[in-house]
Amino acid sequence: MPVRVQDAAFDIGAEIDALRAGDPRIGAIATFVGTVRDANDGASVATMTLEHYPGMTERALADIVAEAKGRFDIVDALVIHRVGRLVPGDAIVLVAVTGAHRGDAFAACEFVMDYLKTRAPFWKKEATPDGERWVDARASDDAAAERWRDDGADRRQAR
Amino acid sequence: MDPAAAPCVRIVYLARLREALARPHEDWPLDAGSTSVAALAAALAARGGAWSHELAAGRAVRVAVNHVMATPATVVRAGDEVAFFPPVTGG
Repeated sequence: MPVRVQDAAFDIGAEIDALRAGDPRIGAIATFVGTVRDANDGASVATMTLEHYPGMTERALADIVAEAKGRFDIVDALVIHRVGRLVPGDAIVLVAVTGAHRGDAFAACEFVMDYLKTRAPFWKKEATPDGERWVDARASDDAAAERWRDDGADRRQAR
Repeated sequence: MDPAAAPCVRIVYLARLREALARPHEDWPLDAGSTSVAALAAALAARGGAWSHELAAGRAVRVAVNHVMATPATVVRAGDEVAFFPPVTGG
């Protein structure tokens, strides 16, 4: 269950190739890429700086991936999260999930993102025309993560 | 932890809290050997000023003990790393 935190940009094609390499069980690859918007909460955003809590971050991401593997019928999952200074259009995060079929791959990808948003220790600071400001957590992110509180087995796709 | 050193916990502040409290971390003496997250937060808030503001009851502050999310009742022991931070905003 590869998990990485890095300053550098990532190459989604190369990452998918590495994740699926030589595994004939895989019939589906679901991916999510989060990117920096040029506006947030009514202000234009020139740069976004991401900070994290080294040590806890890697552990939290690995725990989320492990939980996804327990809940969904998937082969593997990859999470790459960037930190440092980013500009609008830059990729922030990649979640890629491989599985035999699309249903669990899609669901696991969304699950990982929802949990990452509320459990992984990253913080965003935006530079706007009025100065820098920390991004506030959104109640909608808590609600999205809360959806998964039910027993994950209920959400497995019938086959 | 060096057994000869005075018992203490390493406190880490992240993101907005690091800026508001003007320090990334500090060592907090723990002569009693153990405490709770709630008691530690209350002791820090008792410093007044930005401390009482940022760590006031009802403020959205999260705490991790040894890199695991904690609750107010979580026990903190000498040698632990306790991190205070705002709700996370990654992704």
